[in-house]
Amino acid sequence: MVRQNNQCAEEVDQVKLAELDRFIDERKDVKGLLIPALQRAQELFGYLPDEVIRHISRRLDIPFSEVAGVVTFYSFFSTVPRGRRLIRVCLGTACYVRGGQEVLAALRHELGIEVGQTTEDRLFSLEIGRCFGACGLAPVVMVDDDVHQRVKPARVRELLASYREEENEEHETDLVTEGVAE
Amino acid sequence: MYNVTINGKDVQIAEGSTILDAARQAGVSIPTLCFLEHRAPLGACRVCVVEVEGARTLQAACATPVTDNMVVNTNSRRARQSRRTVIDLLLSEHEGNCQYCDRSVDCELKEIAHDLTIEAPEYEGERVPSVLDTSTPGLIRDSGKCIKCRRCVTVCNEVQQIGALFPQYRGYDTVVGPAFAMDLDSVACVQCGQCAAVCPVGAISEASHIEGVWRALDDPEKHVVVQTAPAVRAALGECFGYEPGTLVTGKMVSALREIGFHAVFDTNFTADLTIMEEGTELLMRLKAALTGKAEGYHGPSALPQFTSCSPGWIQFAEYFYPEMLPNLSTCKSPQQMFGALAKTYYAEQAGVDPEKMVVVSVMPCTAKKFEATRDEMNASGYRDVDYVLTTRELGRMIASAGIDFRSLPDDEMDAPMGLSSGAADIFANSGGVMEAALRTAWELVTGRELPTGNLHVEPVAGLAGIKEASLVIEDPLPDWSFLDGVELKVAVAHGLGNTAQLIKEIKSGQREYHFVEIMTCPGGCIGGGGQPRMTTDEVRRKRIAAIYREDEGKELRKSHLNPQISEIYERYLKAPLGERSHHLLHTKYVARQVV
Ligand code: SF4
Ligand code: SF4
Ligand code: SF4
Ligand code: FES
Repeated sequence: MVRQNNQCAEEVDQVKLAELDRFIDERKDVKGLLIPALQRAQELFGYLPDEVIRHISRRLDIPFSEVAGVVTFYSFFSTVPRGRRLIRVCLGTACYVRGGQEVLAALRHELGIEVGQTTEDRLFSLEIGRCFGACGLAPVVMVDDDVHQRVKPARVRELLASYREEENEEHETDLVTEGVAE
Repeated sequence: MYNVTINGKDVQIAEGSTILDAARQAGVSIPTLCFLEHRAPLGACRVCVVEVEGARTLQAACATPVTDNMVVNTNSRRARQSRRTVIDLLLSEHEGNCQYCDRSVDCELKEIAHDLTIEAPEYEGERVPSVLDTSTPGLIRDSGKCIKCRRCVTVCNEVQQIGALFPQYRGYDTVVGPAFAMDLDSVACVQCGQCAAVCPVGAISEASHIEGVWRALDDPEKHVVVQTAPAVRAALGECFGYEPGTLVTGKMVSALREIGFHAVFDTNFTADLTIMEEGTELLMRLKAALTGKAEGYHGPSALPQFTSCSPGWIQFAEYFYPEMLPNLSTCKSPQQMFGALAKTYYAEQAGVDPEKMVVVSVMPCTAKKFEATRDEMNASGYRDVDYVLTTRELGRMIASAGIDFRSLPDDEMDAPMGLSSGAADIFANSGGVMEAALRTAWELVTGRELPTGNLHVEPVAGLAGIKEASLVIEDPLPDWSFLDGVELKVAVAHGLGNTAQLIKEIKSGQREYHFVEIMTCPGGCIGGGGQPRMTTDEVRRKRIAAIYREDEGKELRKSHLNPQISEIYERYLKAPLGERSHHLLHTKYVARQVV
């Protein structure tokens, strides 16, 4: 009858967990620490693993269901790991003025996710970036280390397609390799 | 005092009251959905909107404080329309199927829709998908019926301080439930059913055992016995239109016979037995603590001793206070003592094969359904209790058997497990187990009757959240001389939020006691999660008064004087805490992980 809730808990990076604990301890008397703690955890882990959410529930003595309620309420919290490609849209002044918002909207639409979330196939995560120092070529979108300049909302689909293709090729290569190995 | 005019009627009402309070005082009823008595209003559902003179917009009556000379109209066209829209929208999302719904007779949503003369859908909305959660033994949740009023959240987080339920996700996707909309068994829920008790619709109810009971009754091979908890007799009548607080003990027995149970017994009998076992345990713990040794006693000696008859409290302790488990009395609850004895003691006497015996209990409680499934509850060699019906379920069974409850004659419970003292009746009320224990323990120790006035212990009765009393023991019998001059300190809490508070104060050393009674539900079992809905404080008070009447109406008011109790010790158990008692009537607890 007793279900051990975390018997299948993922291995959690203890160093990062200690860092999170330090963050919490330093703010012991702060009211409303839940959201800052979740944000810090997401910074550290890239997303909010189940075990980390439980850890925060225990540390802050806030019921797990309430913590989960907050996590699921805000779209910037993600409970799935980061995608294989991290898309960062610059919203620095120059990019903002030159249509960064529209580019972001197009990406959100195209990917079907909000900022901070990851696509279901775990290929892309979407985030907002600070100035990448390429203001002359705004608006700028970075995909991992690739800089895309003067991105137009209408071209966003194309941009994503190239990465999807790349991924498919890699995937096929994998299959072929496996086939050979067998 | 403020003067407020509601629909033309003047009322005087204290500052700080809401429009809803004033309306109730004026005899004007305003529909509500998210509102819960004694809790800060959420103002979320907007079904209670009213017109306030001078205000541009409609005001939520539950959340708006009155001002002096306020003029309120609850029945303007705008207010009626607005209320209608709220209900129209709820109905457009609602995966309703009233004809099959457990709540079709007392659904608040259906009733409001009916009163507002809503006769056809106004909006075509996407229905909330119906996902059934049957993961726990006590409760069933149906997401399709949930109207997101959050009463359950308020009760679970504030009254019970468990926090198993919370709104998840947002907007249309909002689901009220456990973390990440998982099933209830994936979080720390104690199955108290207080969420089911306040839910206005059919979104949380007890897991029904009705069909299983009928199947047993229809099986000619089976010998089916029933036990009824003390709180049921003060509430079952409500299912048949009686005022809350009407005692229907005799009619209930007749109805159970008509339904076809082979023997009708009383959980009260094992409540009296609990007093013998738990009272003796307390005296042994005191002896061990005060004299350093208690010969022949091998149980735990931690003080204070906590009562153990409320299974929601047991699980609460197992989850949140594992370090307090040695303080819990090792006594099983009366329900489980009954089951273990029915399939041994009674089976032997009646010459019934325990394998063919089915034990059904009728309880005011959903946690009892969980308790009956606990692994260790098979001391008889079989599942000790097979089915647990709530008071509400028994009401439905009586109706479906075509029994005209109101015209039934009074009948009496059967021997050898049907006779009980008034001390057993009061197990239904917060403070009652404590009073019952003191009636017996005091007399065992001093040889004299409890001197507190009509055998009641006033300070621990009633609806205050935490109650305490103390009694100085004077001139005890020689065996108990070590208790001479000892000030016996006791406390009582009901509702798990109050319990958490009391435990905190005990652990910090702020308060010190020898014996503590805990009941999971506000008011005690009379306010249980399986009782007829809605249990307000007014209803609690009436049921509590009825239970005290039942007690006072009996000649026999002390557990140790119950002749059937003497008989079971003589013929079967021998002595409290004896070998057989240890095996059949006592138990162990397990620490559980919260997250
Ligand atoms: S919850 Fe109420 S409205 Fe919905 S199906 Fe049940 S009885 Fe009908
Ligand atoms: S049964 Fe009790 S603990 Fe469980 S969800 Fe309902 S109110 Fe909360
Ligand atoms: S389950 Fe019932 S009480 Fe809880 S939010 Fe839904 S309708 Fe309200
Ligand atoms: S009852 Fe007043 S807003 Fe819900």
